[in-house]
Amino acid sequence: MLSRTAQIRLVSSHPEVYDPCDDSFALVDALLADRANLVEHCPSICMEVGCGSGYVITSLALMLGKDSSGCHFIATDINPHAVGVTRKTMEAHGCHAELVTTDIASGLETRLAGSVDVMVVNPPYVPTPEYEVGQFGIASAWAGGENGRSVIDKILPVADKLLSDKGWLYLVTLTANNPSEICLQMRKKGYASRIVLQRSTEEESLHIIKFWRDLDTQLEVIECTALNRTEHGVLLNSLLSKVPRLPFWSNGNWSSH
Amino acid sequence: MRLLTHNMLSSNIKGVTNGFPLLIEVEKVVEKQVDFNEDFLRNMFAKIEWKALVKASRTMGYTELPENSEASMLNSDEFLRKFHHALLELHLEEGALVCPETGRKFPVNKGIPNMLLHEDEV
Repeated sequence: MLSRTAQIRLVSSHPEVYDPCDDSFALVDALLADRANLVEHCPSICMEVGCGSGYVITSLALMLGKDSSGCHFIATDINPHAVGVTRKTMEAHGCHAELVTTDIASGLETRLAGSVDVMVVNPPYVPTPEYEVGQFGIASAWAGGENGRSVIDKILPVADKLLSDKGWLYLVTLTANNPSEICLQMRKKGYASRIVLQRSTEEESLHIIKFWRDLDTQLEVIECTALNRTEHGVLLNSLLSKVPRLPFWSNGNWSSH
Repeated sequence: MRLLTHNMLSSNIKGVTNGFPLLIEVEKVVEKQVDFNEDFLRNMFAKIEWKALVKASRTMGYTELPENSEASMLNSDEFLRKFHHALLELHLEEGALVCPETGRKFPVNKGIPNMLLHEDEV
């Protein structure tokens, strides 16, 4: 029977690369729980930012498997060793992803804008001193600066740019990262969210959040923007009259989340 | 690195305005078979920069793609097969991607492009 997730014995490793751990397993469990939705979603492009050992992107590729033969996978990591390990892990499982060594999605942002249907991110979320952030090597896997938010806050606008209209983002966070504040920030960009999995270990409390563009949330943003203008009445009417032309409106958004 | 990825990469060096497409320096090309999926090709067709794909595929040794393309060609099975082959089955294993504006080389090793910038390029 084909395994729906990557097998630890086939996951490659390297001293400078983060081995799969509770956070990786939690993210994969969250994706597995949402598998039926993911398959129905028919993503064309799935992307992982910060692929580490390749455990998550490999698992995603396996669980979508034959049901999404039209799906292509992209993964990036700032650590070249991690990208090399991901290549070996994918190969050991008979999967393929397009791999790029880069900072978040630098180099891909312009052309890939609005094209990613599923993005998964297990970021460096551990609160650390700022100077530890962005150091090359294995520390880049966990060092998250103040409140563990330095890298998360860099990733979110990139995700917003890359995600398609139907795009979904799965993000691993700690309680210390203030997940409700992250959801609020994303709400201002028109994303609804829900916590799809929570897990507490001895050391940390993890929250896996799923974000998606939502019409009601987008309308809220338009109304809030309009009410902040001086001629708000006229502007509100003019903005709302454009609503039927929002791509999201014409596609409808009735799929379950 | 497939040409799909090449078509999605542009030079990320600070100040560069004409960073796409990256030029390709070939050291090793490998052909790998990929399952044909018409839906994926149709989805990608609108996003692909055709001229860049044609030029890149010729650099990799594949000359079958037509110079120009239009959506109606997606009805032709022959066209789809060629599009599929160029986009997904030609891999640059070893070589480099070159910024068209600065000439800066981004190495490609074992099929993986390295787009990390030096401090002065950010």
